[in-house]
Amino acid sequence: MAEEYFIQGNEACAKGAIVAGCRFFAGYPITPSTEIAETLAHDLPKVGGSFVQMEDEIASMGAIIGASWGGTKSMTATSGPGLSLMQENIGYAFLTETPLVIVDVQRGSPSTAQPTMGAQGDMMQARWGSHGDYEPIALSPASVEEFFYFTIKAFNLAEQYRVPVFIMADETMGHMREKMRIDEDRIEIVPRKRPELTDDYLPFKHVENGTTPMPAFGDGFNIHITGLTHDERGYPDTNDPETHSRLINRLCGKILNNRNEISSVFHQFCDDADTIIISYGSPIRAVIEAVLKIRKEGRKVGYIKIDTPWPFPEEQVIELTEGAKNVIVVEMNLKQMYWEVERILKEKTNVHFMGKIGGLLPAPDEIIYEVKKVEDK
Amino acid sequence: MSEKTNRFLPYMRQDRLPHIFCPGCGNGAVMNAFLEAMEKAEMDFDNIAMVSGIGCSSRIPGYINCDSLHTTHGRALTFATGLKIANKDLDVVVFSGDGDAASIGGNHLIHAARRNLNITMICINNNIYGMTGGQVSPTSPKGIVATTAPYGNYDTPFKLAELVAGAGASYSARWTTVEMENLVLSIKTALKNPGFSFVEVVTLCPTYFGRKNNLKTPTAMAAVMKANTVFKSAAERMSEKELKDKIVVGEFANKQRDELSEVLEKFSIENSGGKTAVNSAYETEF
Repeated sequence: MAEEYFIQGNEACAKGAIVAGCRFFAGYPITPSTEIAETLAHDLPKVGGSFVQMEDEIASMGAIIGASWGGTKSMTATSGPGLSLMQENIGYAFLTETPLVIVDVQRGSPSTAQPTMGAQGDMMQARWGSHGDYEPIALSPASVEEFFYFTIKAFNLAEQYRVPVFIMADETMGHMREKMRIDEDRIEIVPRKRPELTDDYLPFKHVENGTTPMPAFGDGFNIHITGLTHDERGYPDTNDPETHSRLINRLCGKILNNRNEISSVFHQFCDDADTIIISYGSPIRAVIEAVLKIRKEGRKVGYIKIDTPWPFPEEQVIELTEGAKNVIVVEMNLKQMYWEVERILKEKTNVHFMGKIGGLLPAPDEIIYEVKKVEDK
Repeated sequence: MSEKTNRFLPYMRQDRLPHIFCPGCGNGAVMNAFLEAMEKAEMDFDNIAMVSGIGCSSRIPGYINCDSLHTTHGRALTFATGLKIANKDLDVVVFSGDGDAASIGGNHLIHAARRNLNITMICINNNIYGMTGGQVSPTSPKGIVATTAPYGNYDTPFKLAELVAGAGASYSARWTTVEMENLVLSIKTALKNPGFSFVEVVTLCPTYFGRKNNLKTPTAMAAVMKANTVFKSAAERMSEKELKDKIVVGEFANKQRDELSEVLEKFSIENSGGKTAVNSAYETEF
């Protein structure tokens, strides 16, 4: 059965969270993400869940980690300044393998900058914001409907790999209203796996695929969770180089070894393309329009829409751009995901950048101009 | 060899012993007091979940054989808030220190008191940063010497039990590690109180506080602490001058009011037609 809604992106995200099984939200008001908190404050009690407005974003991250160990799928939503405050506890969630979802509705940055204007300036903060080595998962929706489905996907990935998952939206995506079609057949829910309590149970066992099942507090496991380097029992072991190296390599490995399973792209016209445009989030909408228009002029142009900026879909991008003379990265910052593309393609093709900051989306004609400039030079 | 064993050993993660606390440190005494109070309050040990931040006292949950969440510096109460709301049937206990609770975590402390969520917090106040080597803390008395106050502390300390009472906690008290009976009874009251309960325990750090401040041995420190301890009822009749350097012990709040997890659950049940989200992460159908 399918249902259609005319709905705002932030509301779609909140609806997706409820469908995914999110039953706890902690957050702090911040433009342009606040409607997610407001919608969940309204909707969570109706499904037996809880909403709590915390004193700041540091507290919000702490609360959702605590709720996750309490046995509840949990989420927070924020924008750049809030994401900056959350970073230490995000690292804690990585090290303790706590599943949860963080929505960042990006705005003009750095600092307080442009609260009501869209941007994609937090992409590297999602990648490297907390200290140390870790491998994040991040999804970037490009429509209201995708914001709904990607929120469900974020919860599923969080549970499957026991990691925090970012949804890197932007102001346009958050505040735009458009038609959303919810098709029940497209919805799949990944539940948390509960381990078996055996005599030799190890909560942080070095299993081959990297991810062990997770008990809830109160299940009788008497588990110790710490942000210190820990052994397979979960006990602090901070001075043994081997323990630390094994732990961090397992945590990074469980994402890197499964990156082709996790990452995804959508693409069109790449087979014969001379020029391929790579983008994600709101700007991809202008890219698609530009590509359809310019192909009518006989130019062979294709596009790749990155659905999962992290882990970056390296193999897919390399494969799809084979044969292209030019690649143009379009994003709303002054080079962030561009560096990823340049890193993997610089030996193979010409990588160009078209960035726009200030809050206005790139227009299709601006993109067409850029393509012509690159192709005709 | 002595065969003497502590009767609380069965509650401990014995494979983690010996602990890291220095000789003369008050943390062991507080751990004993807590376990005794827990027995006296007839708590179900298996239902206790402990949460802590960073610092010496925050290591306590790691030694006790229950579900324990050793979190980031200052943030224990935020994690505890999520944990308690997610599963209000857990008895959530937070261990913290003065730096953890009152400096980096000060904002969370007053907000937790305001929310009146049913959490018991034991704040072990040694008036100094022990784990990092003896820096001045927000409860360090004026004039004491610390590694970051080599000419004496210029700042006025927080009065934690009073601060938390003022922020709305339904139970708040201060005791010291030299008077264990009162401490045990107070922790028992805190555990049974259905709301945010705060017990400040002023304690000894011979390694850093004592060494820097001419209190050469733990017994010398304990003697000074005992001599400086004044009951709240007596303190109310003393002048500001007389109260200088005194540790005022007693209860600063003991008045029940609406508790947050009960309120939230009731609200959820009324709005959802009886649904609960406890352990819902393991479910497939929503």
